[in-house]
Amino acid sequence: MREERTPFIRLAKRGSMDPRKIWLIRVSSIVIALILGFIPILLTGNNPIAAYGVIIDGSLSRPVYIRQTVKIAVPLLGCALAIAPCFKMRFWNIGGEGQITMGAVAATFFALNFAGTVPHVLLLIIMFLAAAIAGGIWAFIPAFFKAKWNTNETLFTLMMNYIAIGIVAWLQGGPWEGRKGSQLIPMFDDAARLPNVLGVHCGWILVLVLVVLMYFYMNKTKQGYEIAVIGDSANTARYAGMNVGWIIMRTMFISGAICGIVGFMTVSGANYTLYSGVANGVGFTSITVAWLSQLNSFAMIFISMMLAVLEKGANTLQTRMSVPASISDIITGILLFAMLSCEFFINYRMILRGKTKKEVEK
Amino acid sequence: MDRENYAISMRGITKRFGEVVANDGICLDVRWGEILALLGENGSGKTTLMNMLSGIYQPDEGEIYEDGERIYIQSPRDAYANGIGMIHQHYKLVEVFTAAQNIILGLDDGKMDLRQTNARVKEICDRYGFDIDPTMKVYDMSVSQKQTVEIVKVLYRGAKILILDEPTAVLTPQETVKLFNVLRNMKADGKAIIIITHKLNEVMEVSDRVSVLRKGCYIGTVETAETSPQALTDMMVGHAVTLNIDRPKYDNPQRKFIVEHLTCVDAEGITRLDDVSFTANTGEILGIAGISGSGQKELLEAMTGLYPVKSGSIRFIDDAGEEVELVGKTPMQIRKTGVGMAFVPEDRLGMGLVGSMGMTGNMMLRSWKKGRGALLRKKDPEALANRILDELEVVTPSTDYPVRRLSGGNVQKVLVGREIAIQPAVLLTAYAVRGLDINTSYTIYRLLTEQKMKGVAVVYVGEDLDVLMELCDRILVLCGGAVSGIVDARKAGKDEIGLMMTSTSAKGEAR
Repeated sequence: MREERTPFIRLAKRGSMDPRKIWLIRVSSIVIALILGFIPILLTGNNPIAAYGVIIDGSLSRPVYIRQTVKIAVPLLGCALAIAPCFKMRFWNIGGEGQITMGAVAATFFALNFAGTVPHVLLLIIMFLAAAIAGGIWAFIPAFFKAKWNTNETLFTLMMNYIAIGIVAWLQGGPWEGRKGSQLIPMFDDAARLPNVLGVHCGWILVLVLVVLMYFYMNKTKQGYEIAVIGDSANTARYAGMNVGWIIMRTMFISGAICGIVGFMTVSGANYTLYSGVANGVGFTSITVAWLSQLNSFAMIFISMMLAVLEKGANTLQTRMSVPASISDIITGILLFAMLSCEFFINYRMILRGKTKKEVEK
Repeated sequence: MDRENYAISMRGITKRFGEVVANDGICLDVRWGEILALLGENGSGKTTLMNMLSGIYQPDEGEIYEDGERIYIQSPRDAYANGIGMIHQHYKLVEVFTAAQNIILGLDDGKMDLRQTNARVKEICDRYGFDIDPTMKVYDMSVSQKQTVEIVKVLYRGAKILILDEPTAVLTPQETVKLFNVLRNMKADGKAIIIITHKLNEVMEVSDRVSVLRKGCYIGTVETAETSPQALTDMMVGHAVTLNIDRPKYDNPQRKFIVEHLTCVDAEGITRLDDVSFTANTGEILGIAGISGSGQKELLEAMTGLYPVKSGSIRFIDDAGEEVELVGKTPMQIRKTGVGMAFVPEDRLGMGLVGSMGMTGNMMLRSWKKGRGALLRKKDPEALANRILDELEVVTPSTDYPVRRLSGGNVQKVLVGREIAIQPAVLLTAYAVRGLDINTSYTIYRLLTEQKMKGVAVVYVGEDLDVLMELCDRILVLCGGAVSGIVDARKAGKDEIGLMMTSTSAKGEAR
């Protein structure tokens, strides 16, 4: 027989693992990511410990900073909750951006046209419902094509984003333009603005309620079960008598509706107007939030706050230490890499060459 | 040494996958200018053996000689260097490339000259009688044309020894005739050809010699001219082995399930089931035998509403004696009509179970719709999971432990246990013991027989003829999507069934 050369490192699938150990690996991967974040800060010629200090200081040290940080976290959390059921179903909805935008458009329509005639609370409810329906329809379209003709949902939802942004750009310069030539939509009347609670628009209460609702929906309802089965195997779902196409469409409508609500909160609670950048990348960043939290609703609160702290803190970093604010994007990216690779280590183990079979089986 | 007369001589080849011995000391010889048929049932090790010639696997033991000289084949590249080319059952072509682009894919002889390639492809085609346009895109091609591209690809790389893995499985009779003509031309050109098949009529038609494998062992080689389909079947299936499966008789069998003139066509327009008719009775295990891919999967899925039916009727007789038509109903509608139908599909984790969920979650697959309102009820499924865990001795850390991580036998216990728990009137099973150890297999046999004695109409799709003959009451034999016969399992001979499985009946030919 010839010598069989084994590779230097082999990978083997792990059996089960203690859940506590799994979370230990996840937490340590976040720590490692933050340490790796030292490198870009060092490259800008700053002290990384001090820089992290500034990030924390700039985002959490004063009530006004905390409010601003929460304001960043709210849409992130809302949109992450929205895409979680899609991702559970392995339907890659990366169209959160467009669904937020269309929700914002529908809310703005009522804000601009009915602010004087409809009482405050009723107007807000109408805006809320309109935004939910508009976002839902925007998400339903790719789901319909997926269910009927098996089109690629990733491309489809992505393209829908640009259509939505294009529509707003047209509204800005056309029918809804305020002062001629300004390319701006007028500011909302007070009647169309969300009230503040503890200094932040009341959307934060809404998303916290959504956290509980989504957790309940995914874990305790028949529909949540259907979503989980389809995510595992569409064939099994068919075998169990589920109407896969219908469930995909329904889930996407729900997802889009929540995104639409995020859009409503953004125009009515934060910006008080509509412009083409209303979604501001939230539809994409929330994918990171959903992924980092393993689609767990409650973990999303923590992760969205963490990303918001990074973003808000990095702005302070820019003014105080002249480190570019995009450093927060770099650290977020490193975080995502670390989390994804830690899933790899949870599922696989590495075996170095030279270990005997017996050692491996232990 | 006589091995010098052979193009390829494989000596004492053994290949193991873990505990399973796929090939056990196999010897195989093929001469220049001959067509050797490699015959054997599913899982007899044909493809494994050929994969070792084409460099996909390396043998654990044994030697390979080409023209009397020992060769080592460690990769498909080595195989090509030795003039060996294999045409796999599933084609490996890039759909958006043209035929010629696919043919030169992976070759590294400096610059790419498509015009020269086209000319050479044309030359190969003319020489052997192929009919392809080198500039045609693969996605525009029929299955037969794709196969031609695969063969030309192998010839273009200078293969002198060609291996074809079940080349006729996807072809129409006319295309098969064409392929055989090409093979004969190549043979006349002095090439050595090995064709893997389990269709006896084709073996008789095209081959010069036949080598037979059974359950990983080499049985023998015969001259085609000196043998008969009957003799080959005997070699292929072997003598009946006694398994001692208990087969009690049910007193009063009644008709329970009627299938009449069932015809199914797949998305590509190929007929998968051809005018299938049979009746399943209460208190009976109806075995379904056949080479894999003869329509077993489609038959069971059509009966459960998962596969589209082109024509025919599937009727269930309920307790009042009324006939319920099932064709045109979705699985959920079938369930709502009160037809107690359990189904253990072939693809356990991909169709019968949710791999990422635990036993409890999997019990819910049958009951998740139960109860009013939007809430999921976990109590009953949880209790059922615990009951199955105890009764069938499922080895799992907990009822929430993902079933994907359980061993094959435990996975099957979970699936069969759940299906039996719905107290079905009809129990359909596909390859219920595939990959299971002896003990678990017998557990499954016992469970099925218990169901039968409770008056359930059991359908058992199997591949091991010995088991079918001892477990079942009647055996329906499928061949190419059509029923080639229904026999009494107590009286039928193994050779009889084997022949029905392989030789296409007159009706099949006409198709």
